[in-house]
Amino acid sequence: MEVGQMQRRLVDYTKSLFMEGFLDAQFLQLQQLQDESNPDFVVEVVSLFFDDSEKLLNDLTMALDQPNVDFKKVDAHVHQLKGSSSSIGAQRVKNACIAFRSFCEEHNIDATLRCLQQVKQEYYLVKNKLETMLRLEQQIVAAGGSIPMIELGFWRTINMKGGKE
Amino acid sequence: MGMAIDRDDTQFHVLAVDDSLIDRKLIERLLKTSSFQVTAVDSGSKALEFLGLNNNDADDEEEYEQRDSNTESVSSDEDQDLGLGVNLIITDYCMPGMTGYDLLKKIKKSSSFKDIPVVIMSSENIPSRINRCLEDGAEEFFLKPVQLSDVNKLRPHLMKGRSKDIDSSHKTTSTRLITSGN
Repeated sequence: MEVGQMQRRLVDYTKSLFMEGFLDAQFLQLQQLQDESNPDFVVEVVSLFFDDSEKLLNDLTMALDQPNVDFKKVDAHVHQLKGSSSSIGAQRVKNACIAFRSFCEEHNIDATLRCLQQVKQEYYLVKNKLETMLRLEQQIVAAGGSIPMIELGFWRTINMKGGKE
Repeated sequence: MGMAIDRDDTQFHVLAVDDSLIDRKLIERLLKTSSFQVTAVDSGSKALEFLGLNNNDADDEEEYEQRDSNTESVSSDEDQDLGLGVNLIITDYCMPGMTGYDLLKKIKKSSSFKDIPVVIMSSENIPSRINRCLEDGAEEFFLKPVQLSDVNKLRPHLMKGRSKDIDSSHKTTSTRLITSGN
Protein backbone atom coordinates (compact mmCIF):
# COMPACT_ATOMS: atom_id res chain seq x y z
CA MET A 1 0.00 0.00 0.00
CA GLU A 2 1.44 3.38 -0.87
CA VAL A 3 1.82 6.20 1.62
CA GLY A 4 -1.12 8.30 0.39
CA GLN A 5 -3.46 5.35 0.76
CA MET A 6 -2.14 4.59 4.23
CA GLN A 7 -2.62 8.22 5.25
CA ARG A 8 -6.20 8.22 4.01
CA ARG A 9 -6.90 4.98 5.87
CA LEU A 10 -5.48 6.50 9.06
CA VAL A 11 -7.54 9.66 8.74
CA ASP A 12 -10.73 7.66 8.15
CA TYR A 13 -9.96 5.39 11.07
CA THR A 14 -9.17 8.25 13.43
CA LYS A 15 -12.30 10.14 12.37
CA SER A 16 -14.41 7.08 13.08
CA LEU A 17 -13.06 6.99 16.65
CA PHE A 18 -14.35 10.53 17.14
CA MET A 19 -17.70 9.82 15.50
CA GLU A 20 -18.23 6.75 17.68
CA GLY A 21 -17.39 8.73 20.80
CA PHE A 22 -14.27 6.83 21.77
CA LEU A 23 -12.23 10.02 21.58
CA ASP A 24 -13.13 13.65 22.11
CA ALA A 25 -11.57 17.05 21.34
CA GLN A 26 -8.94 16.63 24.04
CA PHE A 27 -7.24 13.99 21.90
CA LEU A 28 -6.98 16.52 19.08
CA GLN A 29 -5.30 18.89 21.56
CA LEU A 30 -2.71 16.19 22.30
CA GLN A 31 -1.98 15.78 18.61
CA GLN A 32 -1.60 19.55 18.26
CA LEU A 33 1.05 19.47 21.01
CA GLN A 34 3.14 16.98 19.05
CA ASP A 35 5.75 18.42 16.70
CA GLU A 36 9.21 17.76 15.26
CA SER A 37 10.86 18.48 18.60
CA ASN A 38 8.42 16.15 20.42
CA PRO A 39 7.49 13.56 17.78
CA ASP A 40 6.50 10.89 20.30
CA PHE A 41 4.36 12.98 22.59
CA VAL A 42 1.07 11.25 21.82
CA VAL A 43 2.56 7.77 22.05
CA GLU A 44 4.15 8.64 25.38
CA VAL A 45 0.99 10.05 26.89
CA VAL A 46 -1.11 7.16 25.60
CA SER A 47 1.39 4.66 27.04
CA LEU A 48 1.23 6.40 30.40
CA PHE A 49 -2.54 6.18 30.22
CA PHE A 50 -2.41 2.44 29.55
CA ASP A 51 -0.04 1.79 32.46
CA ASP A 52 -1.97 4.06 34.83
CA SER A 53 -5.36 2.63 33.90
CA GLU A 54 -4.35 -0.98 34.19
CA LYS A 55 -3.01 -0.38 37.66
CA LEU A 56 -6.16 1.50 38.67
CA LEU A 57 -8.43 -1.22 37.29
CA ASN A 58 -6.50 -3.80 39.32
CA ASP A 59 -6.78 -1.66 42.43
CA LEU A 60 -10.51 -1.22 41.81
CA THR A 61 -11.04 -4.94 41.34
CA MET A 62 -9.30 -5.63 44.65
CA ALA A 63 -11.06 -2.84 46.50
CA LEU A 64 -14.51 -4.06 45.39
CA ASP A 65 -13.61 -7.63 46.28
CA GLN A 66 -13.29 -6.86 49.98
CA PRO A 67 -15.88 -8.07 52.51
CA ASN A 68 -16.27 -4.47 53.70
CA VAL A 69 -15.85 -2.24 50.70
CA ASP A 70 -14.13 1.08 51.38
CA PHE A 71 -16.13 3.26 49.00
CA LYS A 72 -14.00 6.27 49.72
CA LYS A 73 -10.98 4.40 48.41
CA VAL A 74 -12.94 3.12 45.43
CA ASP A 75 -14.10 6.65 44.64
CA ALA A 76 -10.52 7.94 44.87
CA HIS A 77 -9.37 5.41 42.29
CA VAL A 78 -12.28 6.19 39.97
CA HIS A 79 -11.62 9.91 40.35
CA GLN A 80 -8.05 9.31 39.22
CA LEU A 81 -9.14 7.22 36.26
CA LYS A 82 -11.71 9.82 35.31
CA GLY A 83 -8.99 12.45 35.41
CA SER A 84 -6.51 10.61 33.25
CA SER A 85 -9.10 9.47 30.71
CA SER A 86 -10.34 13.04 30.48
CA SER A 87 -6.79 14.30 30.00
CA ILE A 88 -6.19 12.10 26.97
CA GLY A 89 -9.66 12.43 25.51
CA ALA A 90 -10.87 8.88 26.16
CA GLN A 91 -14.47 10.04 26.33
CA ARG A 92 -16.31 6.77 26.86
CA VAL A 93 -14.00 5.72 29.67
CA LYS A 94 -14.47 9.12 31.27
CA ASN A 95 -18.25 8.88 31.04
CA ALA A 96 -18.23 5.39 32.52
CA CYS A 97 -16.22 6.79 35.43
CA ILE A 98 -18.73 9.56 36.02
CA ALA A 99 -21.53 7.01 36.38
CA PHE A 100 -19.29 4.88 38.57
CA ARG A 101 -18.71 7.74 40.99
CA SER A 102 -22.38 8.41 41.51
CA PHE A 103 -22.92 4.78 42.56
CA CYS A 104 -19.91 4.99 44.89
CA GLU A 105 -21.65 7.87 46.61
CA GLU A 106 -24.66 5.64 47.15
CA HIS A 107 -22.47 2.83 48.48
CA ASN A 108 -24.23 0.55 46.02
CA ILE A 109 -22.10 -2.58 45.75
CA ASP A 110 -24.02 -4.24 42.91
CA ALA A 111 -24.12 -1.13 40.79
CA THR A 112 -20.44 -0.36 41.38
CA LEU A 113 -19.48 -3.89 40.37
CA ARG A 114 -21.44 -3.42 37.16
CA CYS A 115 -19.74 -0.06 36.64
CA LEU A 116 -16.36 -1.66 37.05
CA GLN A 117 -17.21 -4.11 34.28
CA GLN A 118 -18.41 -1.25 32.13
CA VAL A 119 -15.25 0.80 32.69
CA LYS A 120 -13.06 -2.22 31.94
CA GLN A 121 -14.96 -2.86 28.74
CA GLU A 122 -14.64 0.73 27.60
CA TYR A 123 -10.99 0.82 28.53
CA TYR A 124 -10.10 -2.32 26.56
CA LEU A 125 -12.07 -1.05 23.59
CA VAL A 126 -10.28 2.30 23.46
CA LYS A 127 -6.95 0.64 24.14
CA ASN A 128 -7.48 -1.58 21.15
CA LYS A 129 -8.53 1.34 18.96
CA LEU A 130 -5.60 3.52 20.00
CA GLU A 131 -3.11 0.70 19.45
CA THR A 132 -4.51 0.15 15.98
CA MET A 133 -4.29 3.87 15.23
CA LEU A 134 -0.72 4.12 16.52
CA ARG A 135 0.26 1.07 14.46
CA LEU A 136 -1.11 2.72 11.32
CA GLU A 137 0.91 5.84 12.16
CA GLN A 138 4.07 3.80 12.63
CA GLN A 139 3.58 2.15 9.23
CA ILE A 140 3.26 5.54 7.57
CA VAL A 141 6.37 6.90 9.26
CA ALA A 142 8.31 3.71 8.40
CA ALA A 143 7.31 4.19 4.77
CA GLY A 144 8.70 7.71 4.88
CA GLY A 145 5.38 9.52 5.12
CA SER A 146 4.16 12.09 7.62
CA ILE A 147 1.21 11.68 9.97
CA PRO A 148 -1.75 13.70 8.68
CA MET A 149 -3.34 16.04 11.21
CA ILE A 150 -7.07 16.13 11.75
CA GLU A 151 -8.30 19.71 11.76
CA LEU A 152 -9.78 20.95 15.05
CA GLY A 153 -12.75 22.10 12.99
CA PHE A 154 -13.65 18.48 12.39
CA TRP A 155 -14.59 18.11 16.05
CA ARG A 156 -16.90 21.10 15.88
CA THR A 157 -18.73 19.68 12.90
CA ILE A 158 -19.60 16.45 14.70
CA ASN A 159 -20.20 17.85 18.13
CA MET A 160 -21.21 21.39 18.98
CA LYS A 161 -20.33 20.94 22.69
CA GLY A 162 -16.91 22.13 23.87
CA GLY A 163 -14.24 19.68 25.00
CA LYS A 164 -14.86 20.22 28.74
CA GLU A 165 -18.02 19.37 30.64
CA MET B 1 7.89 28.15 13.90
CA GLY B 2 7.35 28.11 17.65
CA MET B 3 11.00 28.55 18.58
CA ALA B 4 11.77 28.69 22.27
CA ILE B 5 13.33 31.87 23.59
CA ASP B 6 16.99 31.43 24.58
CA ARG B 7 17.32 29.83 27.96
CA ASP B 8 18.43 32.86 29.92
CA ASP B 9 16.77 35.36 32.22
CA THR B 10 14.21 36.30 29.60
CA GLN B 11 12.41 32.99 30.00
CA PHE B 12 9.74 32.65 32.67
CA HIS B 13 10.06 29.72 35.01
CA VAL B 14 6.88 27.93 36.00
CA LEU B 15 6.64 25.42 38.84
CA ALA B 16 3.93 22.87 38.05
CA VAL B 17 2.48 20.70 40.82
CA ASP B 18 0.30 17.64 40.11
CA ASP B 19 0.18 14.15 41.56
CA SER B 20 -0.96 12.68 38.22
CA LEU B 21 1.94 11.69 35.97
CA ILE B 22 -0.18 12.13 32.85
CA ASP B 23 -1.32 15.59 33.85
CA ARG B 24 2.24 16.57 34.74
CA LYS B 25 3.39 15.51 31.32
CA LEU B 26 0.56 17.41 29.72
CA ILE B 27 1.03 20.64 31.63
CA GLU B 28 4.76 20.48 31.03
CA ARG B 29 4.22 20.17 27.27
CA LEU B 30 1.64 22.96 27.26
CA LEU B 31 3.97 25.27 29.16
CA LYS B 32 7.04 24.43 27.07
CA THR B 33 5.05 24.95 23.86
CA SER B 34 4.38 28.45 25.18
CA SER B 35 8.12 28.97 25.76
CA PHE B 36 8.09 28.65 29.52
CA GLN B 37 10.83 26.92 31.45
CA VAL B 38 9.18 24.22 33.56
CA THR B 39 9.88 22.34 36.77
CA ALA B 40 7.23 19.72 37.51
CA VAL B 41 6.80 18.11 40.93
CA ASP B 42 4.28 15.60 42.22
CA SER B 43 3.27 17.11 45.56
CA GLY B 44 2.79 20.31 47.52
CA SER B 45 5.58 19.39 49.91
CA LYS B 46 8.00 18.83 47.01
CA ALA B 47 6.96 22.23 45.68
CA LEU B 48 7.76 23.88 49.00
CA GLU B 49 11.05 21.98 49.12
CA PHE B 50 11.92 23.24 45.65
CA LEU B 51 11.20 26.79 46.67
CA GLY B 52 13.45 26.32 49.67
CA LEU B 53 10.49 26.76 51.96
CA ASN B 54 10.65 24.25 54.75
CA ASN B 55 7.14 22.98 55.47
CA ASN B 56 7.39 24.61 58.88
CA ASP B 57 8.69 27.98 57.71
CA ALA B 58 5.41 28.79 56.06
CA ASP B 59 3.46 28.08 59.22
CA ASP B 60 3.19 31.17 61.41
CA GLU B 61 2.92 29.52 64.84
CA GLU B 62 5.71 27.00 64.40
CA GLU B 63 8.06 29.57 62.91
CA TYR B 64 8.87 31.13 66.29
CA GLU B 65 9.72 27.78 67.88
CA GLN B 66 11.82 26.73 64.92
CA ARG B 67 13.76 29.97 64.65
CA ASP B 68 16.23 29.23 67.45
CA SER B 69 16.93 25.60 66.60
CA ASN B 70 16.81 26.09 62.85
CA THR B 71 20.19 27.02 61.39
CA GLU B 72 18.62 28.09 58.09
CA SER B 73 17.34 31.60 58.60
CA VAL B 74 14.14 32.64 56.91
CA SER B 75 15.59 35.61 55.03
CA SER B 76 13.94 36.67 51.79
CA ASP B 77 17.15 36.88 49.72
CA GLU B 78 18.22 33.33 50.56
CA ASP B 79 14.77 31.98 49.84
CA GLN B 80 14.61 33.66 46.48
CA ASP B 81 17.90 32.09 45.46
CA LEU B 82 16.74 28.67 46.59
CA GLY B 83 13.48 29.18 44.70
CA LEU B 84 15.56 29.24 41.51
CA GLY B 85 13.63 32.15 40.06
CA VAL B 86 10.13 30.71 40.01
CA ASN B 87 7.82 33.21 38.36
CA LEU B 88 4.53 31.35 38.63
CA ILE B 89 3.15 28.29 40.37
CA ILE B 90 0.43 26.21 38.74
CA THR B 91 -1.02 23.49 40.93
CA ASP B 92 -3.70 20.82 40.87
CA TYR B 93 -6.35 21.20 43.54
CA CYS B 94 -6.98 17.55 44.47
CA MET B 95 -3.78 16.02 45.74
CA PRO B 96 -3.20 13.58 48.59
CA GLY B 97 -1.68 15.15 51.71
CA MET B 98 -1.40 18.83 50.85
CA THR B 99 -4.09 20.07 48.49
CA GLY B 100 -3.48 22.82 45.97
CA TYR B 101 -5.47 25.11 48.22
CA ASP B 102 -3.23 24.27 51.20
CA LEU B 103 -0.22 25.03 49.02
CA LEU B 104 -1.76 28.33 47.95
CA LYS B 105 -2.26 29.34 51.60
CA LYS B 106 1.32 28.45 52.51
CA ILE B 107 2.73 30.42 49.59
CA LYS B 108 0.64 33.47 50.43
CA LYS B 109 1.74 33.29 54.08
CA SER B 110 5.39 33.29 53.09
CA SER B 111 7.05 36.69 53.07
CA SER B 112 9.42 35.60 50.32
CA PHE B 113 6.94 33.97 47.99
CA LYS B 114 3.58 35.63 48.56
CA ASP B 115 3.97 37.72 45.43
CA ILE B 116 4.46 34.75 43.12
CA PRO B 117 1.23 34.29 41.15
CA VAL B 118 -0.49 30.98 41.86
CA VAL B 119 -2.92 29.29 39.48
CA ILE B 120 -5.11 26.36 40.50
CA MET B 121 -6.33 23.55 38.22
CA SER B 122 -9.15 21.15 38.93
CA SER B 123 -11.15 18.53 37.10
CA GLU B 124 -14.22 19.44 39.15
CA ASN B 125 -16.33 22.48 38.44
CA ILE B 126 -17.35 23.45 41.98
CA PRO B 127 -18.15 27.19 42.19
CA SER B 128 -17.58 27.43 45.97
CA ARG B 129 -14.17 25.83 45.54
CA ILE B 130 -13.27 28.16 42.69
CA ASN B 131 -14.41 31.24 44.58
CA ARG B 132 -12.53 30.27 47.71
CA CYS B 133 -9.29 29.83 45.78
CA LEU B 134 -9.68 33.13 43.96
CA GLU B 135 -10.60 34.97 47.16
CA ASP B 136 -7.57 33.54 48.93
CA GLY B 137 -5.11 34.75 46.34
CA ALA B 138 -5.15 32.47 43.29
CA GLU B 139 -4.81 34.46 40.08
CA GLU B 140 -6.71 32.03 37.91
CA PHE B 141 -8.60 28.79 38.19
CA PHE B 142 -8.39 26.41 35.23
CA LEU B 143 -10.74 23.52 34.64
CA LYS B 144 -9.01 20.37 33.48
CA PRO B 145 -8.09 19.29 30.93
CA VAL B 146 -6.06 22.47 30.65
CA GLN B 147 -5.89 23.93 27.13
CA LEU B 148 -3.32 26.01 25.31
CA SER B 149 -5.79 28.90 25.48
CA ASP B 150 -5.66 28.67 29.30
CA VAL B 151 -1.85 28.73 29.31
CA ASN B 152 -1.95 31.84 27.13
CA LYS B 153 -3.73 33.61 29.99
CA LEU B 154 -0.65 33.21 32.19
CA ARG B 155 1.64 35.66 30.45
CA PRO B 156 -0.07 38.88 31.69
CA HIS B 157 0.32 37.71 35.31
CA LEU B 158 3.98 36.98 34.68
CA MET B 159 4.60 40.29 32.92
CA LYS B 160 3.13 42.06 35.96
CA GLY B 161 5.64 40.34 38.23
CA ARG B 162 8.50 40.89 35.79
CA SER B 163 8.11 44.67 35.70
CA LYS B 164 8.27 44.67 39.51
CA ASP B 165 11.55 42.73 39.38
CA ILE B 166 13.16 45.02 36.86
CA ASP B 167 14.96 47.05 39.48
CA SER B 168 16.21 44.02 41.37
CA SER B 169 18.78 41.37 40.48
CA HIS B 170 17.37 40.42 37.07
CA LYS B 171 19.50 41.63 34.16
CA THR B 172 16.72 41.33 31.64
CA THR B 173 14.82 44.24 30.19
CA SER B 174 11.44 44.21 28.49
CA THR B 175 12.89 45.28 25.13
CA ARG B 176 15.14 42.23 25.13
CA LEU B 177 12.07 40.09 25.70
CA ILE B 178 10.32 41.51 22.64
CA THR B 179 13.21 41.24 20.18
CA SER B 180 14.23 37.69 21.13
CA GLY B 181 10.87 36.40 19.91
CA ASN B 182 11.75 36.85 16.20
